[in-house]
Amino acid sequence: MTSTRRTVRLGGLSFLLRPRLVVVTASGVAALLLVVALNLGIGSVHIGLSDVVSALFGAGDPLHHNIIWELRMPRTLVGILVGGALGVAGAIFQSIARNPLASPDVLGVTWGAAAAAVGVIVLEGTRGQITGGASTIGVPLAGLLGGLLAGVLLYVLSWRRGIDGYRMVLIGIGIAAIGYNLVYWLLSVGDVDDAARAVTWLVGNLADVGWDGVAPVSIALAVLVPVAVIAGRTLGGLQYGDDTARGLGIRVDRARGALLLLAVALAAVATSATGPIAFVALATPQITLRLAGTAQPPLVGSMVFGALLTVSADLVVRTVPLLSGLPVGVLTAVLGAPYLVFLFIRRRREERV
Amino acid sequence: MTRLRANDLRLGYGEHVVVDGLDLDVLDGTVTAVIGPNGCGKSTLLRALGRLLAPKGGSVLLDGKRIDKLPTREVAKIIGVLPQTPVAPEGLTVGDLVARGRHPHQTWYRQWSTVDDQAVGEALELTGMAPHADAIVDHLSGGQRQRAWISMTLAQGTDVLLLDEPITYLDLAHQVDVLDLVHALHSSRGTTVVMVLHDLNLAARYADRLVAMRDGKIVAEGPPAEVLTENLLRTVFDLDAKILTDPVADTPMVIPIGSRHRPATV
Repeated sequence: MTSTRRTVRLGGLSFLLRPRLVVVTASGVAALLLVVALNLGIGSVHIGLSDVVSALFGAGDPLHHNIIWELRMPRTLVGILVGGALGVAGAIFQSIARNPLASPDVLGVTWGAAAAAVGVIVLEGTRGQITGGASTIGVPLAGLLGGLLAGVLLYVLSWRRGIDGYRMVLIGIGIAAIGYNLVYWLLSVGDVDDAARAVTWLVGNLADVGWDGVAPVSIALAVLVPVAVIAGRTLGGLQYGDDTARGLGIRVDRARGALLLLAVALAAVATSATGPIAFVALATPQITLRLAGTAQPPLVGSMVFGALLTVSADLVVRTVPLLSGLPVGVLTAVLGAPYLVFLFIRRRREERV
Repeated sequence: MTRLRANDLRLGYGEHVVVDGLDLDVLDGTVTAVIGPNGCGKSTLLRALGRLLAPKGGSVLLDGKRIDKLPTREVAKIIGVLPQTPVAPEGLTVGDLVARGRHPHQTWYRQWSTVDDQAVGEALELTGMAPHADAIVDHLSGGQRQRAWISMTLAQGTDVLLLDEPITYLDLAHQVDVLDLVHALHSSRGTTVVMVLHDLNLAARYADRLVAMRDGKIVAEGPPAEVLTENLLRTVFDLDAKILTDPVADTPMVIPIGSRHRPATV
């Protein structure tokens, strides 16, 4: 019998090799490295690519070293981590819902985080209604808890002897509606300055990120991403009808529930770090899927392209004078949306030919 | 020998009970066709045999153990199920669909072995889908799509195959084609097959045993020549019919009468 598949073997490990997916992912990593280097180099003090590389390895001008490590690196790292987390979360949501529209924004996780974070910003602000413990937990923690709460709500309300993807999307839209109405209410009762601060957070911002913002995200992702990658095989099986998946020996209800919670955690951690960065979770799984020619959103690929989209958007807002000061979340949508539309249109054309 | 049997089975959805007090032994190495009117519980029974539906009462036993207590992945190495309207992700290739049949044999760190490779290659060859391995499943014709799905369940390498209406949406030529394929598998691998069929003449031709159901109960079971009688058709389907002998296969052949051709004197 002729071999039907190319495989990679490594001791007891063996995986299917999909050359196009590998090439696409590797190109994504290469592009990401380039964008990261540019992002570290460009700014009020311009540092050339070669100087960036030597600064990264401890050599070169100490001033460059300081600028890169103290100022630009945390921002870039958080961009990579948050973008990657959103990419993976989107890929999982879309796979378990069997619906390309399922993303943390649509399902309400982002809005849960937003409502909690804006609540803290507005109420702890000049009105001083939150004091003591509540004011010290800070915006990121509130965002994390709000996102997780919305996600758990999504899980509980969607669960009826298993989670049905369609029902999950409808319930998520309901949760999102409650979340953003809460946000608007908070904005309207809040002080103007606090409301302005809240809006800056709401569009997703990398500008104020320092090293203290890197640690929580990286710890959370170090745990969650490997779990997601291991669960990827089951995720592939869930893409089929429930009966087919059960027939293949997958505990469909348990797997879908666990993966939903995993994606919620990833999205909530990412959102709490920077505010909601729009469109990354929705677009990157679909972009990666189309580039790689796979039938389901690839997890690692979505992670790489999520990071690439986020850091690229950050690079643009930092370097184009006209856009300076614009939050990164605005740009991810502006960059990602036309590209996704282009891919959709091109595919339709190919099908017609 | 019977590896798969149903014991005093009660099945339903929510409050609605579809099957009650049903006993069935699936004889090893035979092809069994389940027949009966719409809504009689055929598909429900098949889903329960494949542990896709948990019983409300009684049990399905596989090798003497309750199937719902066995690890579902172990069951998947013994029983393959093809649902009535299987759903594949958009844009999936035939090769990837068939490879998915190896799921129960794999782990996250060993996702592909030479055994997997062989099983998929054989399944594609047997169904004649090897030349179409790179085709997109959605783009195939109904008959080829059904072949692709059967390939997937074959790649699973199970001793028992449960097929829910495998030929319902196909034209006659493709119906015969798929059933020939099922027969070939059965005779080359000794696979035990249970399938839900609507076409009684084809059921009689391709099955060793017929199980006739009505209102969630088995009315008759046995070799087609014993089960398919004019009396049974009246009881099970409320249908007046004549039974002739199929001139090709020598099996019973149902000729429905219907009001248009009913003699006025009857």
